[in-house]
Amino acid sequence: MIRFDNVGLRYGMGPEVLRDLSFSLVPHSFQYLTGPSGAGKSSLLRLLFLSLRPSRGLIHVFGRDAATLAPTDLPKLRRRMGVVFQDFRLLDHLTTYENVGLPLRVLGRRETHYRADVMELLHWVGLGHRINAYPPVLSGGEKQRAAIARALIGHPEILLADEPTGNVDPPLARRLLRLFTELNRLGTSVVIATHDTELMNQFPARTMVLEDGRLQIHN
Amino acid sequence: MAVSRSTTEATPISTPRLRLFPAGRRFGRRVAETGPGPIVPANSIAGNALMIVVAIMSFLACITVGAVTLVRDAAHDWQQDVLREVTVQIVPLDGADIEAGTARALAILRQTPGIGSATALSTAQNETLLEPWLGGLDMSELPIPRLIVVEVADAAAIDFAALGAQIAAEVPGAVLDDHRMWTDRLRSMANVTVLVGFAVLLLVFAATVLSVVFATRGAMAGNQGIVSVLHFVGAEDGFVAGEFQRHFLILGLKGGLAGAAAAAVLFALLGLAMTMLRSSPEGAQVSALFGSFAVGPTGYFGALGVAFAIAVLTAITSRITVFRYLGEVK
Repeated sequence: MIRFDNVGLRYGMGPEVLRDLSFSLVPHSFQYLTGPSGAGKSSLLRLLFLSLRPSRGLIHVFGRDAATLAPTDLPKLRRRMGVVFQDFRLLDHLTTYENVGLPLRVLGRRETHYRADVMELLHWVGLGHRINAYPPVLSGGEKQRAAIARALIGHPEILLADEPTGNVDPPLARRLLRLFTELNRLGTSVVIATHDTELMNQFPARTMVLEDGRLQIHN
Repeated sequence: MAVSRSTTEATPISTPRLRLFPAGRRFGRRVAETGPGPIVPANSIAGNALMIVVAIMSFLACITVGAVTLVRDAAHDWQQDVLREVTVQIVPLDGADIEAGTARALAILRQTPGIGSATALSTAQNETLLEPWLGGLDMSELPIPRLIVVEVADAAAIDFAALGAQIAAEVPGAVLDDHRMWTDRLRSMANVTVLVGFAVLLLVFAATVLSVVFATRGAMAGNQGIVSVLHFVGAEDGFVAGEFQRHFLILGLKGGLAGAAAAAVLFALLGLAMTMLRSSPEGAQVSALFGSFAVGPTGYFGALGVAFAIAVLTAITSRITVFRYLGEVK
């Protein structure tokens, strides 16, 4: 699904923040991406999501070499991925319902065609009663779930989540993790960037540990 | 930020019953009643300032179209007036019978299709015409040319050059004066006016395009977060451009129509003022030049066309600017 071969990343003329990363993400897999703050987890997620180009090495996404992708290919590949950002990135002027339906709207789907799907998903993440609420009035956990719903609405083949439990209390964090494992059981690959070791212990899975820009994988 | 206990308890996450995604269930009255809101909020675009600029540009463009229409129509009317009557002058030459020549010229003229009437002025009428310049002089000894006044019924049917050549060939000393010099000058003036009008229109459109480019780039910079999210959820550049283009099309329409409406009101008021002032010497002079000072349907429809052209230009400019901006960002 996604393969990194000796990938390195540096910002400008600075030192390499990621070094010699080589790994594969296979279909239906579940993995954590962890490491201390500043280890490069978010940078690695951005590489995975093709919003950064590596300084060296090869990245293959869905069988395509990322270095040779045309700008017009990017949207098509991104539609096969779902991303949950640490800061949610919900659009404040759109309702929860509209935010979640956004990926289908950009595909040109009519609102009447995707309404039932969005409502179903919002109920699934426990936001059925908040469909008309705007992000500024949502709690951190509600924003997190709205962001997750938006990432899932397009049936992604892989979900990339950056600290998805970082803004919620432990009980809700466990519920969100159950949501991700359920999603994985249904066939979506999941990568969760987190440094919550307690949570990782409760739901053991393959763990990718970033430290000083280098990656170690514990299956 | 922690979620309160009451919130999490009231909204359980029901993962075991997940079905992605069964159709048929409908929730939320408000969602069903209204469509999704605009992805790019209208108030995030510096719309009012740009709309005023577009309205001013539209007003200037419409004034230009109206003025060109007015001058072109007036020039056309002047040409028609000048061409409605032509004259044949027969100069007395030694050994030539001027009366026979006059009769021959009249015959040629009356046989020519498109000529309404041809009348030779009598000697007395000639003398009356010359009296203001020559006073009470006895003109019987002077070689005064004969004049034939020709009323043109259908100028388009007459080849004045061929007619003049025929008369000159068959009647010694005869010259057809079809006022071509004046009509050529009028035509040139009208053409120059139209060209100047086009140049002004081009300048106005160029200024509009530049204003829209600046406004679009400002809107893009101000909505960078929205653009970024759109790209992350898989939006193509065309979709992003469409979202901005929609706003600018509406903005351009509003501004364009406002400017066109102001120009139409101005033309209507000027026409009304000219009607009221026609009895004054100044008004009569302007009326003689520009008729009723009415731009007519061409001017009003032209103004409407300018308004829509500016709206379309605004939308297309914003679309191209968005594409260029996104290309630069990438």
